[in-house]
Amino acid sequence: MSNHHQPTLTQEQLLQQAKQDLTTGVGRSVKHESAAKQVTGEAVYIDDRLEFPNQLHVYARLSDVAHARITKIDVSPCYDIPGVSIAITAADVPGQLDIGPVLPGDPLLAQDTIEFYGQPLLAVGACDLETARKAAMAAIVEYETLDAVLSVEDALDKEFYVSEPHQHKRGDSESALASAKHRLKGAVHIGGQEHFYLETQVSSVIPTEDGGMIVYTSTQNPTEVQKLVAEVLGVSFNKVQIDMRRMGGGFGGKETQAAGPACIAAVIASLTRRPAKMRLPRMEDMLMTGKRHPFFNRYQVGYDDDGRIQGYEMELAGNCGYSPDLSNSIVDRAMFHSDNGYYLGDATITGYRCKTHTASNTAYRGFGGPQGLIMPEIVLDEIARNLGKDPLEIRKLNLYGNEGRNVTHYYQTVEDNQLPEMLAELETSSDYQQRRKEIREYNASSPILKKGLALTPVKFGISFTATFLNQAGALIHIYTDGSIHLNHGGTEMGQGLNTKVAQIVAEEFQVDFDSIHISATNTDKVPNTSPTAASSGADLNGKAAQNAAQTIKQRLIEFAARHYDVTEEDVCFKNNLVQIRDTLVPFAEFIQLAYFHQVSLSSTGFYRTPKIFYDRDQARGRPFYYFAYGAACSEVIIDTLTGEYKILRADILHDVGASLNPAIDIGQVEGAYVQGAGWLTTEELVWNEQGRLMTSGPASYKIPAIADAPVDFRVKLVENRKNQEDTVFHSKAVGEPPFMLGISVFCAIKDAIASLADYRCSPKLDAPATPERVLWAVQAMQNQHPTSQTEATTAAPAASEHEYES
Amino acid sequence: MIQFLLNDELKSEDNLDPNTTVLKYLREQLGKTGTKEGCASGDCGACTVVLGELHDGGMRYKSINSCLTFVSGLNGKQLITVEDLKQAGELHPAQQAMVDCHGSQCGFCTPGFVMSMFALGKNVAAKDAAEPNKHDIHEALAGNLCRCTGYRPIEDAAASMAQQPDQFDRHQARTIQRLQNIASQQAEHKTELQGAGRTAFNPRSLSELATLLDTHPEAKLLAGGTDLALEVTQFHRDIDTLIYIGEVTELQRISQTDEYLELGAGASLSDCYAHLTAEYPDFGALLQRFASLQIRNQGTLGGNIGNASPIGDSPPALIALNAQVVLRKGDQTRTLPLEEYFLSYKVTVQQPGEFIEKVLVPRAQNNQTFRSYKISKRLDDDISAVLGCFNLTVENGVITQARVAFGGMAAIPMRARLCEQVLEGAEWNKHSINLAKAALAEDFQPISDFRASKEYRLLTAANMLTRLFVELESPAVETRVTAYV
Repeated sequence: MSNHHQPTLTQEQLLQQAKQDLTTGVGRSVKHESAAKQVTGEAVYIDDRLEFPNQLHVYARLSDVAHARITKIDVSPCYDIPGVSIAITAADVPGQLDIGPVLPGDPLLAQDTIEFYGQPLLAVGACDLETARKAAMAAIVEYETLDAVLSVEDALDKEFYVSEPHQHKRGDSESALASAKHRLKGAVHIGGQEHFYLETQVSSVIPTEDGGMIVYTSTQNPTEVQKLVAEVLGVSFNKVQIDMRRMGGGFGGKETQAAGPACIAAVIASLTRRPAKMRLPRMEDMLMTGKRHPFFNRYQVGYDDDGRIQGYEMELAGNCGYSPDLSNSIVDRAMFHSDNGYYLGDATITGYRCKTHTASNTAYRGFGGPQGLIMPEIVLDEIARNLGKDPLEIRKLNLYGNEGRNVTHYYQTVEDNQLPEMLAELETSSDYQQRRKEIREYNASSPILKKGLALTPVKFGISFTATFLNQAGALIHIYTDGSIHLNHGGTEMGQGLNTKVAQIVAEEFQVDFDSIHISATNTDKVPNTSPTAASSGADLNGKAAQNAAQTIKQRLIEFAARHYDVTEEDVCFKNNLVQIRDTLVPFAEFIQLAYFHQVSLSSTGFYRTPKIFYDRDQARGRPFYYFAYGAACSEVIIDTLTGEYKILRADILHDVGASLNPAIDIGQVEGAYVQGAGWLTTEELVWNEQGRLMTSGPASYKIPAIADAPVDFRVKLVENRKNQEDTVFHSKAVGEPPFMLGISVFCAIKDAIASLADYRCSPKLDAPATPERVLWAVQAMQNQHPTSQTEATTAAPAASEHEYES
Repeated sequence: MIQFLLNDELKSEDNLDPNTTVLKYLREQLGKTGTKEGCASGDCGACTVVLGELHDGGMRYKSINSCLTFVSGLNGKQLITVEDLKQAGELHPAQQAMVDCHGSQCGFCTPGFVMSMFALGKNVAAKDAAEPNKHDIHEALAGNLCRCTGYRPIEDAAASMAQQPDQFDRHQARTIQRLQNIASQQAEHKTELQGAGRTAFNPRSLSELATLLDTHPEAKLLAGGTDLALEVTQFHRDIDTLIYIGEVTELQRISQTDEYLELGAGASLSDCYAHLTAEYPDFGALLQRFASLQIRNQGTLGGNIGNASPIGDSPPALIALNAQVVLRKGDQTRTLPLEEYFLSYKVTVQQPGEFIEKVLVPRAQNNQTFRSYKISKRLDDDISAVLGCFNLTVENGVITQARVAFGGMAAIPMRARLCEQVLEGAEWNKHSINLAKAALAEDFQPISDFRASKEYRLLTAANMLTRLFVELESPAVETRVTAYV
């Protein structure tokens, strides 16, 4: 019971308050709930937690070979190092060894076979991390090297897959290609991407008296970590509790990859009965964990004189690494997005899940979507160059349209296509045509620097394609001072999910945002949660929290009607007040009243996404509840002597339905665009011939820095356009879709290169477009066009994998 | 024993492993976990803290990477971390601006950004500027990586943070007094730090340094530590004896004669910046892309030479300018051209017990042109794939003098002698440039690695001559993407 002194307001004052709107509810740019703690260093991440005096620090010894048969692992030398408590191998895992999330294939520690350079072989628990590392390196590991498959082409040749190929098919693409007036074909490598969350993987665990474990971990998927920790320990799920307050970045990299460190720490804690922490140093994190899938995509397209696509065949080959992980769904999503926003005519899309002896590639913002979605953009640019037209004209011509041109190649109808309108609006607001003209003039007079421009759309399907995952839960308690405690199944990784869900609850109860407290996501509070992934966090958990709030609210309304002898329609909640016909009662006071009248002030909530279904055998259905849309116009400048470049300006128009929080949504759009641009420009993953990742730290792997953001950055959300589906307050998901706005940068770079041959030839450019690749494309273009300025040209090197400079 | 101010608390440490980084010290010894480890290699900036130090009778503040700084470097200074900015429940302007502009998402990089912005605010105030411009902001924040925001809101926060006196300004007189007290107490005895069986010495004079190095020829010289610390944090090697040269004031001296700019080997790259820019603007432009501000605040010119990396950024420029290096052993010195200092990969002429005392950079001459071209995957805070520096004199249409040096093209920073031969005495025209480009292919056989292929290195090195020609012949032509800010 609260003893706080509340100033008593007169009914007149309360009436004034009731006339005003809540200022921190849905649609307001409320600050991130942790912002004030983050800027002072008070926000606690796993590694910041106070340590126990007997806590062990865990280090895993990683393999230094890509593929081998283990002949010996001897950990006895580890114990010669003072401070070592335990050294474990696969044989010491008490329960199940495999931690594969969907299909088996991911041993916690390598058992008989090493399948990638960087695979954990053994782990040591010691008094500090450096001691654990020294000890782990002292173990004796012997193996016989086996042939390794390191490239996706090699895997395709050998039909070496983690799972079977899959196909989407509409119509007869072969005939359509044969009868098309124009045809083109090609192949392109699309690079992978390191997540580079600023906080590396980390878990801290405490054994319980019941043989279970309390696990503090930085994960997007608490329920799965709970399941896997229970399984490796051989205990029931209810003995394991996961607590996840916040991540220092996730981006998909902590959907499945957080489980390994959590499980290793749990095994060590279980065997020693001591708390244990496993935090990966940056290099180990980059060597050990999976990344965005590199793809090798081949295409054949037929089109007419106008540039309209008639037949489309696409073979998408994802480099899955050594195990299935989530690769089936990831390659599926690449296939689902190989149309982007365009009607493909007769189309056959085939997805291959190639196995290589590299770390198991995993979820990363867009989840395969970007690697498929970039393909039509590459193709349409090429069509435009072949026809001598502006790529934007060809894009607009091929957009999904009315009846007859509004069904995808997996037979979902595009019901609320916003792209024609959005492209028109952005074309105007970005001054596309005028700038196109100015850029041509600039390029004609600039011998070394060339500018490029591209406007590209994004259509991204929202829902987990594994339909059962589209569910969420929440838990709300109201205490007798009117303060609210909220939990939901989603996880906070910086995206502002907790802020949005709290705003939703604030809106429902019409109370201030500050009166709501969200504590750590915890499997004790909300069970059986889906990962915070597929951009679904707010859609699913927001709805679940709304459901919980509405349950309590309905009880309160029923109580008020009874207590004040009014109808339920006479009761409403408004700006921290409850209005019962003419009586206004402050929310906290009303809650106390309800408590004294024995009303339950706690409820769970639940949500499942309606309408969606998908028959994978038939490759038909409605896998997505709705689509999110966006468009970006990027202008770049390239240096034709080095291939270096800079983004000069970006204009973005993005659709989030009715925004839950415009500031947070814009933050997602901007951050995603820059991350997408990084993926396609400077972020290059390089492996050597032994399969070792050479770019294993920020000194060699270059994510965008501050000066890599556009010099002039203009971002706008589509206004007054609610989601036509019944999503939470008619908002739309925002995490992943804007990532693919970065494709406009790649296309703009190609546009700048194409200027060297008067826009009549298509540059061949693999992603990422590093300065080196850009320079080779510049050279090739200059060779095609003998009048261009630079005389001497050099052939590009054949191989893209280089020796390491020590 | 070392002594320093931890914000406003006097700390004395006499038993601490000198291989401890400030980051580790803060997080593990003091339990101050606001400062984050993102990479432990000085590339992400999450661990940024600020050092306050006495300078010209006042205080100056610089951002540094705590993951690359060994604790000996704290002696006599004020260490300010993210926990110290909030005062009486009120956020510091740098913090408030980040909140107001929605500059934090996951929040893990945020303490580092806040500290870089705090230092930026102090340096803007020191320049008597009203607010930082975009160039200042990029310079201050290029060494802080954020993976969430796309930087726009952070840039807005840096531009809009209130410029007003804070607690550090209000307490400045007392801070100066306390730092002076530390210095005067320490003046009476030698400063060293011992722990875990290892020792770090903090000599204060050249002679003290020379004697120490004579006694401990196995010791590693510690200047900024921005490269040396990686031995400990990334390569897991122990360094038993360190000699920290950051308190040898003679080594930090920068002066000039009619002939030379004399740069003490211990002068930080940030301190060298203004002097080199004044002589050779393109050297300044190069330094702006040299690692990050945090690194340049700690890293020294002598260190960049002494670690003898083939891809260090200052040696090619210095070699092209015919800089001399002064080496000292005991009270003996010898002076030699910098190009003769490097022998082979990571091997130099430096003898045991010998150290770099200063670098002599010839003053700029009339008609002399100096250009440097750095090529890297990312424009800021990246290691060069190739770095080329050109020092030319053209008189009456004839190239009378040419010195050309490259990094990233050989196992050491090296002159392009055949290229120089072609250029010297040749007419200043496109034909000569083309001959010089061809000669470069004879000068170097670079290697391929993850930064670039050998073909790319050769082609871009040659293309630098094209750019040089265009820049000198047609100054109106735009040649640098970095000009767009």
